[in-house]
Amino acid sequence: MAQPRKLKIALVGKPNAGKSSLFNRLTGLNQKIGNFPGITVDKRVGFCQLNETTSAEIIDLPGIYSLYPRTLDEKIVVDVLTDKKGENYPDLVAVIADATNLKNCLLLLTQLMDLGHPVILALNMMDLAAKSGLGLDIKKLASQLDVPVVMINARQGLGVEDFKKQLLKVGHASDKKVFQPESGVVAALDEIRKHFGLATEYEAFQYLQQPDNLPFLKPEDRTYLREVAIRHQFFPHKYQGAETIHRYGFIQSVLDAVIIKSARQDWKGVSNGIDRVLTHRVWGYLIFFTVLFLIFQSVFALAQIPMDAIDRGFAGLSTYLSKRLPEGPLFELFHSGIVPGIGGIIIFIPQIAILFAFIAILEESGYMSRVVFLMDKVMRTVGMSGRSVVPLMSGLACAIPAIMATRTIDNWKDRLITIFVTPLMSCSARLPVFTILVALIVPHRQVLGLISLQGVALMGLYVIGFVMALLSALLMKAIVKSTERSYLIMEMPTYRMPKWSNVGLTILEKTKTFVLQAGKIIIAISIILWVLASYGPKEVMEQARQVVKEQTKDLNLSENEFENRVAAYKLEHSYAGTIGKAMEPAIRPLGFDWKIGIALVTSFAAREVFVSTIATIYSLGSNDDSATIKDRMKDEINPETGGPRYTPAVGFSLLVFYLFAMQCMSTLAVVYRETKGWKWPLLQLAYMTVLAYTSALIVYQVLS
Amino acid sequence: MMKAGESAVISGFTDEQLSIKLLEMGFLPGTPIRFNFSAPFGDPICVNLSGMDISLRLDEAATISILD
Repeated sequence: MAQPRKLKIALVGKPNAGKSSLFNRLTGLNQKIGNFPGITVDKRVGFCQLNETTSAEIIDLPGIYSLYPRTLDEKIVVDVLTDKKGENYPDLVAVIADATNLKNCLLLLTQLMDLGHPVILALNMMDLAAKSGLGLDIKKLASQLDVPVVMINARQGLGVEDFKKQLLKVGHASDKKVFQPESGVVAALDEIRKHFGLATEYEAFQYLQQPDNLPFLKPEDRTYLREVAIRHQFFPHKYQGAETIHRYGFIQSVLDAVIIKSARQDWKGVSNGIDRVLTHRVWGYLIFFTVLFLIFQSVFALAQIPMDAIDRGFAGLSTYLSKRLPEGPLFELFHSGIVPGIGGIIIFIPQIAILFAFIAILEESGYMSRVVFLMDKVMRTVGMSGRSVVPLMSGLACAIPAIMATRTIDNWKDRLITIFVTPLMSCSARLPVFTILVALIVPHRQVLGLISLQGVALMGLYVIGFVMALLSALLMKAIVKSTERSYLIMEMPTYRMPKWSNVGLTILEKTKTFVLQAGKIIIAISIILWVLASYGPKEVMEQARQVVKEQTKDLNLSENEFENRVAAYKLEHSYAGTIGKAMEPAIRPLGFDWKIGIALVTSFAAREVFVSTIATIYSLGSNDDSATIKDRMKDEINPETGGPRYTPAVGFSLLVFYLFAMQCMSTLAVVYRETKGWKWPLLQLAYMTVLAYTSALIVYQVLS
Repeated sequence: MMKAGESAVISGFTDEQLSIKLLEMGFLPGTPIRFNFSAPFGDPICVNLSGMDISLRLDEAATISILD
């Protein structure tokens, strides 16, 4: 019996070469998303069995063209592939190449060969290559490179079994070395190799070229490398360009030998035709906005059904628990803290899943890079880049995955501005607040026969959020200084039918990220809020029952009504209520009273809590147990005017406040991680709070 | 300056820093390049380079020297 063996395999290749399709093919659902130590880039790891005795741990790395990284995503790849002591250092590297564009896929391959990695080359998209009329001598390619070559079609799963078999056979690094240092560098490389005990010359060259991109080097190593560079008069840029040209020279000679028949020039006819329409100056935008509109409609219309079901499910669970568990603080914690907390996370899953389904489809089909292309100029005028469109769109579902999606933006300033303004996009957590307030203050009427006035108001809120995001970006553009250049050099992939299993796995991955990231914080906050809202000074809380009984002795209340009043009394005198009352002078100019103050306190960490808090507070005045929250809010009287509390002025002021205020602890936590410090999340919190307060103040003062 | 639909051959680069990125993508001196089309506001543009469609901003494209 052979010993069980475990291989660590890294998948690399340029963007859109099909890495993720192959990864999904190999590992199926047997994958997990982790973090690389110290940084926040998602690490996709999966497992698969190669034969009876050998299993493989497969790491799917972000797309790169070469070992010289520019974006955060790319830096991870270089770190994994050069840090020999790192926990992710692979036993072998699989380079996935787009067979229709072999040339610039081989650049990375030759660099990996020179680093001494055992490599295997998988030629993907063989179907498209065949369609283009390309003829390749695969055997010759393998012998010229001294690297095993496998043909695959990752989308249809062809050749994947053969690929697995070949993985088992890869034993040694290619004997072919492409790197040839220029005579002036050799002495420096020898010195570095001896100093660090490096196996290959190219590794030493990497150390010399980009010590700052190799995070595993110690500060003294960097100092040493800089000293060597100065002593040997080494200029990184010059040698880097020369290296690339030299490598392409080698690649061209290999391709000349292995290409039997060249691809026809016109095989992309259909894709080019689609481009003429989709990037047209009129049709292009029209189609893009139609697509946006469709996504928007689906997110709200389709998600409503599962969301209602989830809402009912959790309400049922709460009732069920209240019958099963013995009364006491533990019961209360479950019934009013943990269960609604979990429910508050689960309820957003349908919207997030649907939105990411659309984004995955747009990305899979190749349309997303056209959106980047169409929007780049517009976005640049407000200090962002075409690549900011995807995060901003994702922000309509949830700012957490949206902010994580900014990692593909290579320029730090562009990325920072995008992170800063994304929370102003109206996320799905704002929707329940919007819905209830709009229903309360905007008449349920149709204009022009078709359009619902409430729908227009809701749409208007989204538009205002978006416009404010753009204005804030403009402001940031003027303030933040940066000399770093931003690029938009990117390949536009050929249009293809989306692969549905890839779409499904993306949905799964994004939803999981949201549940895990936001979930932890939301649950913790729900518990803290429950404590704040359920406990208060001891004597007051103990007397609550007595006091309410005294107040209501003439009213002849049912037991339920009485309990509701006790609950409301307790909330009023709890710590949360005390804070709400203390806040009243500050929020009075906005038209808010201490009850709304309590809701502001409880929704500080998660805005969606507003609705449930309001529900508890207004159980006070209700004599009808089945009254909806909306009815209770409508019946609420402002004691100063004698009229309703929720006048249009108060309603709009509250809407604007919720539109602009940060009120999301999870977003702050993600911004903290992505910007590596408290400076930006705190600035963001301060900015959005001031913006929300001022805007609500203006709205209330103008309208009242 | 090229117009949409025209082709030329790359002769070199005027920006060293950017040239490294362009070289990596396959913009090599001596390679033919075709200007496919531009985005609605004239920027960015899409070029075809040995069978690949690549988008570039105008100021990025301007650093590529060409032989007509």
